[in-house]
Amino acid sequence: MSEYQVNDKGYYGNFGGAYVPEMLYPNVEELQQQYLQIIQRSDFREEFDQLLRDYVGRPSPLYFAKRLSERYNANIFLKREDLNHTGAHKINNTIGQILLAERLGKKRIIAETGAGQHGVATATVCALKGLQCVVYMGAIDIERQAPNVARMKMMGAEVIAATSGSRTLKDATNEALRDWINNPVDTHYIIGSVVGPHPYPDMVARFQSVISAETRKQLLEKTGRETPDYALACVGGGSNAAGMFYHFLDEPSVSLVAVEAAGKGVHSGESAATTVLGREGVLHGSRSIVMQTDDGQVVEPYSISAGLDYPGIGPQHAWLHKTGRATYACITDDEAMRAGLLLTRLEGIIPAIESAHALAQLEKMVFKGGENVVVCLSGRGDKDLDNYMKYFGF
Amino acid sequence: MNRINELFASNGDRRILSIYFTAGYPALDSTLAIAETLEKAGADFLEIGFPYSDPVADGPVIQHSSEVALRNGMTLQRLFEQLSNLRKHVSIPVLLMGYVNPVLQYGVERFCQSCSDVGVDGVIVPDLPMYEYEELYRPVFETNGLSNIFLVTPQTSEARIRKIDELSNGFIYLLSSSATTGKNLSVSERTEAYFSRIQAMQLKNPVVIGFGISDRGTFLRATDYADGAIVGSAFVKLLGEADYMERIPEFIRQLKD
Repeated sequence: MSEYQVNDKGYYGNFGGAYVPEMLYPNVEELQQQYLQIIQRSDFREEFDQLLRDYVGRPSPLYFAKRLSERYNANIFLKREDLNHTGAHKINNTIGQILLAERLGKKRIIAETGAGQHGVATATVCALKGLQCVVYMGAIDIERQAPNVARMKMMGAEVIAATSGSRTLKDATNEALRDWINNPVDTHYIIGSVVGPHPYPDMVARFQSVISAETRKQLLEKTGRETPDYALACVGGGSNAAGMFYHFLDEPSVSLVAVEAAGKGVHSGESAATTVLGREGVLHGSRSIVMQTDDGQVVEPYSISAGLDYPGIGPQHAWLHKTGRATYACITDDEAMRAGLLLTRLEGIIPAIESAHALAQLEKMVFKGGENVVVCLSGRGDKDLDNYMKYFGF
Repeated sequence: MNRINELFASNGDRRILSIYFTAGYPALDSTLAIAETLEKAGADFLEIGFPYSDPVADGPVIQHSSEVALRNGMTLQRLFEQLSNLRKHVSIPVLLMGYVNPVLQYGVERFCQSCSDVGVDGVIVPDLPMYEYEELYRPVFETNGLSNIFLVTPQTSEARIRKIDELSNGFIYLLSSSATTGKNLSVSERTEAYFSRIQAMQLKNPVVIGFGISDRGTFLRATDYADGAIVGSAFVKLLGEADYMERIPEFIRQLKD
């Protein structure tokens, strides 16, 4: 058992656990007792693999970015999660969870979403399986992300505005948890990131681990080695990073670099750099690092990218941070936007602003030449065109 | 024996009424005056909520009161300051109720000590896991004479209820349904079967029913099956009215007789 994976009590070191009120305990306990058994069954594996292949379009390519490599003096490979159906890595998890929900006999699916990518990925698998779908989304995000709201509705999902608190992702998550409390028997909650009570962080990481499983094979073909020197990914809650790191955690030769959003500057008061600004605490059912006041009230984060705009990180990330297994860096809005444009101009790929944070970290790294670097390109930038246009004044 | 144990030991056939309200709502310094008025009006014990930014188990009424309380500047530190004279004004049992994160930031040991210093008798922290209480915190609760109250829902298994009964030393908080706070109690055959099932388990701790108790009718129906019942959202709603202080006695009277 890896010291970086969840233990049998649901903890990563002192992080994780299941801090849920009794009303949620039976739901969470049912998942804890059944998730491993179900996802290791052959009927599950076969359907999961088949859908990832034929429906999502996996394996996603590992692309050697030649011009980017020349610029940074290293071999830069992009793991192209942006080419997945629905445009991001989120679908890996929703496919896994919908198959689990089916096997648990659930009839109704709920989800939270920030920018709408996880909401769309959830609405997609619900349409695929003919299950009722309710997505909670902050009222402010509904205004900001109209195209994704339209996609969810077109797929038959009901989109409910979270009007409490700051009316963004954190509050959408609260509303989804409240829905689950009120519908404890027939409903499965598809959490979109490696957050929430145990077993969610581990379950979501397992579904996303396909990213690094494929990367190993693809690297072997392209470089003759299964492992890179560096693996980079952006972190909001941290699901694409968890997937990118998963099969490299016990390979000490691989430097893992997680990139958080520094917004308008780490100490500007408008930032989502949780590992810098946060302290240990409990949010949404697990103990992790949380941005909060001295009194334990959760602080509202900021990032230009809605997918990184979360006041916590998954408990596994908190543990990787604490143990030093992974390095946590942060990138401002400006740095990310420039990196997004750079990739577009050098490689003809418009990245999601989230993924652009990981790319921007390359600017800050010094390479000797010849290192193999994998960057998780977690999503495509179509959803961010308005933002890019406005920012650069196109 | 703390005040909670004494209350239930001496209650006889009386139906016990508990009232929940949020500290710092509607005004930062309203907490103690409301507690005092509730005791005079006939409430049997009190649950004072300390606010949290992300109250996932609460419906709109208590969410709103928490938001206002936080805007008013309520913190655990402030609450303990306000309660420093609690026992000069209030003699019935008082519990604090809230979410685990503010307690962790304040420090669990320090929190228990502060509760004991001001004369708080028990604590309800619904998202504090049972095994963490058992493994880490039980001694410090007990040293400070605090009852840690656990919740039971219609979905809680019998084995878990037995375990909760074993760990409890005040009362068991029975939720009328699996729901967020502020929903109305409708006693269906299923609810009655659930209440009866709990009654038949003959738990060693008294049972108090909460969630959905809003008026005389629901109070009576709940206390047919339990030692007492808790009114929360309906009372917090009253606190939103301009003349709430004058209306508290009438609110309690119509519940009790």
